[in-house]
Amino acid sequence: MKKILRHRRHPVAHFLVLGIALLAIGFGYTLLSPSNAAVATNARSQAVEEGRQIFLKGCSSCHGLNAEGSTQVPTLLGVGAASVDFQVGTGRMPLANASQQAMRKTPVYNAEETAALAAYVASLSTGPAIPNAAQLNYERDGSIAEGGQLFRTNCAMCHNYAGQGGALTQGKYAPTLMGVQVKTMYEAMLTGPQSMPVFGDRTLTPQQKLSVIKFIKGVDSEKGQGGFSLGKVGPVTEGLVAWVLGLGLLIGVSVWLGAKSK
Amino acid sequence: MTDTHSAPEHSGHQSSTALSPLADPGLPPHVYRRADTEPSAAKKAERQVAILFGLSAASTIAFIASFVGINKDVFVFIPLFGSTQAQQLALGITLALSLFLIGAGAVHWAKTLMPDHEVIQERHELRSSDEDRQGVIDVFHEGAEAAGLGRRSLIKRTLLGSVGLVTLTPILLLRDLGPLPRKQLETTNWAAGRRLITDPGGIVLKAADLQVGSVAHVLPEMPKGSETTLNDLVKDAVIVVRLRPEDLNLPADRKDWVHEGIIAFSKICSHMGCAVGLYEQQTHHLLCPCHQSTFDVETGAQVIFGPAARPLPQLAITIDSEGYLIAKQGFMEPVGPSFWERSS
Repeated sequence: MKKILRHRRHPVAHFLVLGIALLAIGFGYTLLSPSNAAVATNARSQAVEEGRQIFLKGCSSCHGLNAEGSTQVPTLLGVGAASVDFQVGTGRMPLANASQQAMRKTPVYNAEETAALAAYVASLSTGPAIPNAAQLNYERDGSIAEGGQLFRTNCAMCHNYAGQGGALTQGKYAPTLMGVQVKTMYEAMLTGPQSMPVFGDRTLTPQQKLSVIKFIKGVDSEKGQGGFSLGKVGPVTEGLVAWVLGLGLLIGVSVWLGAKSK
Repeated sequence: MTDTHSAPEHSGHQSSTALSPLADPGLPPHVYRRADTEPSAAKKAERQVAILFGLSAASTIAFIASFVGINKDVFVFIPLFGSTQAQQLALGITLALSLFLIGAGAVHWAKTLMPDHEVIQERHELRSSDEDRQGVIDVFHEGAEAAGLGRRSLIKRTLLGSVGLVTLTPILLLRDLGPLPRKQLETTNWAAGRRLITDPGGIVLKAADLQVGSVAHVLPEMPKGSETTLNDLVKDAVIVVRLRPEDLNLPADRKDWVHEGIIAFSKICSHMGCAVGLYEQQTHHLLCPCHQSTFDVETGAQVIFGPAARPLPQLAITIDSEGYLIAKQGFMEPVGPSFWERSS
């Protein structure tokens, strides 16, 4: 020992001691840190952690530090990943301003951040998961006739008979379904965002949901077979055209009929 | 010029003396059109009419050509109007033009070339002369006398009786138009123990199937073999929603008409009978899309806005031993809009 201590003033000694200390800390950390078994779920917990960070920065000011919500703001416990993917993925959340309802806009978070947020919220409490591509094969699993029936009973009163959207009370509205992603529509039915009621898997089975989507996609891709569709919103535009254009033309003609020729 | 100057003086002079009826002003002087006086203008107008008729004919030929020539799956994009089928568009425009141009040509012809002199139609008195009138009366009396209407009263009475009776026949046939409504307007297929099935979809609902905030459109499950018609559907349609039990604020006698926040109402609007299907999950309002009557689910579908006069009838529900949702009893009042014999 004395032999070693004798060299303590040696110029190399500083670096040697530092090196030994660092090695000790390094080994100690690997011994004490989570074992290899946890590495498999590491990616997921990393996403949850990442989501938690985003949540604390971007969402917690309204939804609360533990996503518990308040009297004005809904809790996120039990809403599931599907709800987060719908709200954040379509840009409805975070809210831009406290208007009648959250509107679709350019998403604030990219796909990765949205997934992390969804993973975090899903880790808090159980709720509907984001449907995967295999669950969304509406071309294979849906029936357009059944979808039409379901749509007319369950959806048409708000979203219009051709899915063009429509007005609700006090400035709220049901958005158009034209050009909406399959996953988004599926998640909306599953989670019931904002004014929309929930259509759970046991009142509207997954297969029935795909039928509804197939019907909407059918309407979406339908070409104008019989002249102008006038926005497919029904009697309002049709009446406007008939009264303004049709009557205008008739008035013009009657003025011409009554005018004396020179 | 002198005429217009003297006119006010003239009328001023008249008003100071006795009122006299206005003199017949006669017809205004006839203004001749250019086509009346200039042969070249008449020729031009003739050409214009011919062009209009000719264009109409060309348009009709274009109509035939587009019917034959344009393929049905050709679509064109029109700015502001969007994509539309080319053939239908061409048929519509050409047919409208060919009809309109015939009319336009005829009107132009009448206005420029046909005589436009004002003509006064002479009228005479409508009343017939006194001799003619007396003649008709005499003939009538003569006929009645000859037929013996005054003397043969048996014939007169039986004739009146038979004519009177025969007028009853169409009234009797009216009864054959269909069965009487009886109590149909006051009854539905809902009865104690009937299970709730989704329509369309046919899922027999359990209480656990409905999450808070969810909605289902249901009909009563009918016994095997029984027939239901659209008339049944329009009375039986029911909407089921689930909210948190603490959100409900029902009258005391209806507290046990719900099961753990699951509440059911007739979907037929009490105003005009539209399907009240528009449910706002956050406000718990049910909205009729026809006239915007708004019903508050929390207080048992009381009307909070719109023309409806009564709340939606509530269907009392409970669960059976297997957990299926069932009706506790039928509707306690007629569903749908008011009708003449409605008791309440």
